[in-house]
Amino acid sequence: MNIPAGKIRITDSTLRDGSHAMAHRFTEGQVRGVVHALDRAGVEVIEVSHGDGLGGSSFNYGFSLEDDVKLVAAAVDEAERAKIAVLLLPGLGTVEDLKAAHGAGASVARIATHCTEADVSLQHFAAARDLGMETVGFLMLSHRVGPEELARQARIMVDGGAQCVYVVDSAGALVLGDAQARITALVDEIGGEAQVGFHGHQNLSLGVANSVLAAQNGALQVDGALCALGAGAGNSPTEVLVATFERLGIPTGVDVQGALAAADDVVKPFLHRLPFADRGAITQGYAGVYSSFLLHAERAAERYGVPAHEILQRVGEAGYVGGQEDMIIDVALQLVAERDRAGV
Amino acid sequence: MTKLTAAIVGPGNIGTDLLVKLLRSEHVEVHSMVGVDPASDGLARARDLGVPASAGGVDWLLAQDDRPDLVFEATSAKAHLANAPRYAEAGITAIDLTPAAVGPFVCPPVNLDTLSDAANLNMITCGGQATIPIVHAVSSVVPVAYAEIVASIASRSAGPGTRANIDEFTQTTARAIERVGGAARGKAIIILNPVKPPMIMRDTVFCAIPPDSDTDAITASVHRMAAEVAAYVPGYTLRAEPQFDGPRDIWNGMARVAVFLEVRGNGDFLPPWAGNLDIMTAAAARVGERLALRKVTA
Repeated sequence: MNIPAGKIRITDSTLRDGSHAMAHRFTEGQVRGVVHALDRAGVEVIEVSHGDGLGGSSFNYGFSLEDDVKLVAAAVDEAERAKIAVLLLPGLGTVEDLKAAHGAGASVARIATHCTEADVSLQHFAAARDLGMETVGFLMLSHRVGPEELARQARIMVDGGAQCVYVVDSAGALVLGDAQARITALVDEIGGEAQVGFHGHQNLSLGVANSVLAAQNGALQVDGALCALGAGAGNSPTEVLVATFERLGIPTGVDVQGALAAADDVVKPFLHRLPFADRGAITQGYAGVYSSFLLHAERAAERYGVPAHEILQRVGEAGYVGGQEDMIIDVALQLVAERDRAGV
Repeated sequence: MTKLTAAIVGPGNIGTDLLVKLLRSEHVEVHSMVGVDPASDGLARARDLGVPASAGGVDWLLAQDDRPDLVFEATSAKAHLANAPRYAEAGITAIDLTPAAVGPFVCPPVNLDTLSDAANLNMITCGGQATIPIVHAVSSVVPVAYAEIVASIASRSAGPGTRANIDEFTQTTARAIERVGGAARGKAIIILNPVKPPMIMRDTVFCAIPPDSDTDAITASVHRMAAEVAAYVPGYTLRAEPQFDGPRDIWNGMARVAVFLEVRGNGDFLPPWAGNLDIMTAAAARVGERLALRKVTA
């Protein structure tokens, strides 16, 4: 069913999901530059956090170059119209972290859980609402459960205070109809009380196509990142999303030329490598592996001399979820042990 | 030999698993299982095992002529906050498996011997019991400026209490990594994984260590400690040798050791994948046994 799409609100996650691709090394200058350009282009929400959310700076996920709260404050200072959002993964970030980000001016709280664990977010939604923040729920690795179960989890978040719940394709594993069915199930379950959103990855190059299907089936919020800067093969590129939506007659309020300039003039010059669907990233989409595992797998591959794609394949088979980056080293060690036993 | 007597308050999964462990003890005799719901399965199970059981709550327990020497609290933080002063007044030592943290944190192989006189002992968290011994093993060889632990548990082993207040886990564990583990700064991360069949509990410990650390001494210390924990948690194993990475600028010039652990439960009442619950009950039982040994030999 293709219902006429309403206005889509784009949330740009260059400065959060893109933090994975930058190994969490954003400088304050880069944050200010990106926020300034996105704000001028008319993007309404800009997410700024460590890739794994507030409190993510760690051995397990990588230490941030700059403190999250300092970067949030810089983004708030730079934005004239846009709201600044932060991501928080319960079990890693805490209500204290959320309060600090709110104190720095963040006004949208995006609370992320694995797609079957929505009930660990209730404490954080309650705190965010108490702080007067807008709330968004993030159901990560949404391909791991069917549409009905995903909708039940979305219901838990909405009952807990989420004003929007996203189908988050963390592995870039949803193939067209898979995304559409999940969006439809969420719209049916929570559409009367809350919005539905879609967050895509490009591991199978379907981020934009899935976002279009999401918009045509009732999603009202869609995530993108300039130059696709994000985990794995990157996110749906913000500049492609706004150009495509405009061609489809779906309003986003974002100026296409402004978005193109933000990507080309501001982000591209500081990138060391453009997100790309290479063997590791495609394996993630194909095997359903959390996208931010890519650089960690590449590092473990280099350290232990085993192929990154073999590590990612094994991680997918084990069913590891977002946050279990430590298991990548464990898997690499197991592969080394197996290789040694085989006498290769 | 004289035994100490112990009541278990809270006849849920944790209380029942603890009961099975204590029934094997040579030093602790189970006094009773105490709950508040007459229809509780846990109370019925205790009776089936020949243990006096009452739904009369702590009122019933304290009204007994022969009160226990010890009480194991397996209820909730809120309940323990209410019960703790009553146990103290009655002269009963409390071993607290809730996050209430009324008394000092105890991790048996690290600091139990220094807490023999405490009237209330807190068992920290499952992730804390699994990882703090390793942090301590490292910090007893070299200064640890920062320690970080990642605990991965099966979704099915995380009860509603944990889920409703997950910050309590991260904050309590981080504090105990510092106070008990000996790290200058601690951080804790917990991950719930729903994979089927359920995953066995996994824990990873990262410690920032000086660049010139004696890695052989750290490795030996970690192995000694893992064996000490395995003495009361048989399923506690190192997945691999400790992994050392050289100093990096992003680590403030520090080097790093990473230790990968698996905690397989003993399968007493809870299934083996619930290693996170097993290590709590096993550590609590260990505390009870040590207190009993000390009192008996004192």
